[in-house]
Amino acid sequence: MSYSVTEPSSRQKWIAGALVILYALITMAPLVWIMMTSFKTPPDSISYPPKVFYQPSLEGYVNLFTTRTRVSPERLAELPPPTNFAEEIVRNRDMVIAGPSKFGGRFLNSVIIGFGSTFLSIFLGTLAAYAFSRFKIPLADDLLFFILSTRMMPPIAVAIPIFLMYRKLGLTDTHLGMILLYTAVNISLAVWLLKGFIDEIPREYEEAALIDGYTRFQAFYKVVLPQAATGIASTAIFCLIFAWNEYAFAVLLTSGTAQTAPPFIPTIIGVGGLDWPAIAAGATLFLLPVMIFTVMLRKHLLRGITFGAVRK
Amino acid sequence: MAEVTLQNLSKSFGKESAVIDMNMTIDHGSFVVLLGPTGAGKTTTLRLISGLEKMDTGTISIDGRVVNNEIPAQRDVAMVFQQYSLYPHLSVRDNLAFPLRSPILKTAQADIDKKVNEVAEILQISAKLDNRATELSGGEMQRVSIGRALVRDPAIYLMDEPLSSLDARLRADLRIELKRTHSDLGATLLYVTHDQIEAMTMATHVGVLQEGRLVQFGSPRDIYESPNSIYVASRLGLPRINILPADLFPTTRGAAHNIGLRPEHFVYGEGETASVKRVEHLGDQTRLHLDLSGHAITALSPAGDPHAAGSTVKIQPVNPLYFDKSGDRIVGRSI
Repeated sequence: MSYSVTEPSSRQKWIAGALVILYALITMAPLVWIMMTSFKTPPDSISYPPKVFYQPSLEGYVNLFTTRTRVSPERLAELPPPTNFAEEIVRNRDMVIAGPSKFGGRFLNSVIIGFGSTFLSIFLGTLAAYAFSRFKIPLADDLLFFILSTRMMPPIAVAIPIFLMYRKLGLTDTHLGMILLYTAVNISLAVWLLKGFIDEIPREYEEAALIDGYTRFQAFYKVVLPQAATGIASTAIFCLIFAWNEYAFAVLLTSGTAQTAPPFIPTIIGVGGLDWPAIAAGATLFLLPVMIFTVMLRKHLLRGITFGAVRK
Repeated sequence: MAEVTLQNLSKSFGKESAVIDMNMTIDHGSFVVLLGPTGAGKTTTLRLISGLEKMDTGTISIDGRVVNNEIPAQRDVAMVFQQYSLYPHLSVRDNLAFPLRSPILKTAQADIDKKVNEVAEILQISAKLDNRATELSGGEMQRVSIGRALVRDPAIYLMDEPLSSLDARLRADLRIELKRTHSDLGATLLYVTHDQIEAMTMATHVGVLQEGRLVQFGSPRDIYESPNSIYVASRLGLPRINILPADLFPTTRGAAHNIGLRPEHFVYGEGETASVKRVEHLGDQTRLHLDLSGHAITALSPAGDPHAAGSTVKIQPVNPLYFDKSGDRIVGRSI
């Protein structure tokens, strides 16, 4: 019988593993259901009892990316044979493709606005956090509290002032306006999180770099940034998730050119009945960028790479 | 190499003075060791010279050039920190190459490789060059830190207790290595230590700091043999100098308040009778812990000393140092 504090017994590992798997199953279930639905046909998607095994179809994705019009069977018969799979799927429903839907553009807006505001939040946040961490700033604590206080209410509480302000400034329904808005919301989070990470990086590294012939900015760039990578990555994920998923401001401030995907996806419901596969396809595609981003940065999310190089 | 001059240098942190009105000249090619207890201002002095701290008043010049307003990179100094501060995201090789790649030096890759391999050889870390800095043991990390200074040819090397975290054998090896670097390259070094052997064996000059002031500056022998105060006398010597009331021995009575007797400053078989409390046979010498009228004395005697604990011995001081009431040394006639 081992009483080691650091090494769990195989029984403990087994229980811990089982709990993690159970938790994963519970949290993953809705996502899996959405992805499954996106590959169903509309009848399959609303069948009762729900179908777990079904013939996969791309109809949801075709419907997501196209607008379609219903035509009479006589007219349909006159048409030349379908040239691609999308055409074929649509004609099986007695319809023809009228043109592309707005989803592609809305999705691109989400990418521009989400990643743009994340980049800006991290860029400004890192510089501010470094300054707060390393320099003697008068009233630093008050400034930090002030920065944090912007998060003490739900952002939507200031929706009306912002709406009026944006209308005056001509920022309504622009990419720049949405990027600035999400950056303003995220920057307090970014400054606070990053300050914590940068505080943990010992000053000795920068001092060594200064002595080694680098300027302060070069030391920041060459020594602090690589070590803050972990913090920057996790902060970036938080910022991206907020900007990516934000719904209320997007509904209020965007309608056309800068509309993001979240307010657009529900509008699919209105087009010719409840097209659940198309909605699920939109949600699935919408999930992917954040998922890919997180997977890409997961290496940096694992802490502990800098542990032990400076004696404390 | 270069000459570094400190003139009226002062620095305080808030209300605490770290360095007070310091004047010191570190000559070309000298190896200056700073001694003093924690808080005496040793590290602050190094940081002021390196430019990591800005002085309140005074002047620092390197080779006659006033560097007060220069950033560390412009001053051309190398520094080894007490806490090994390797860049954890880089390999050992890149850590060593880091100073050579700086925008100031911009060394060619071939020269970097040559220099890095050379230094790695000296510090016995060649096998670890491609490890990450975080994969090294404490001793190896500190050797890389020293190596990061040695790859350069700076105006002055500043070292803040670089060997304190190493084991005895490695410390002895590196002591010789640093001494060799000093004599072969003609490098100028300013070195902070608590270790008496480091100070005595490596230094050409020793500066003793007391509460931010430089109280004595001279050769190691000077500092050891003619310290100008009890404070300085206590900085060097192991076992420490015995500070005793001047009237303890009839031969030392006079104006002095205290006498200082190093452990080797005794002859045996005549004079006052002391009782032997403890005897330590170190092999090459013997340490006697004595008690004379209630004063503890540590004395050295040759190997094979016949005294045993509980016996008595007659002792007589030779060449005592005399100190006045405030602890300052009295020399010559005034005794």
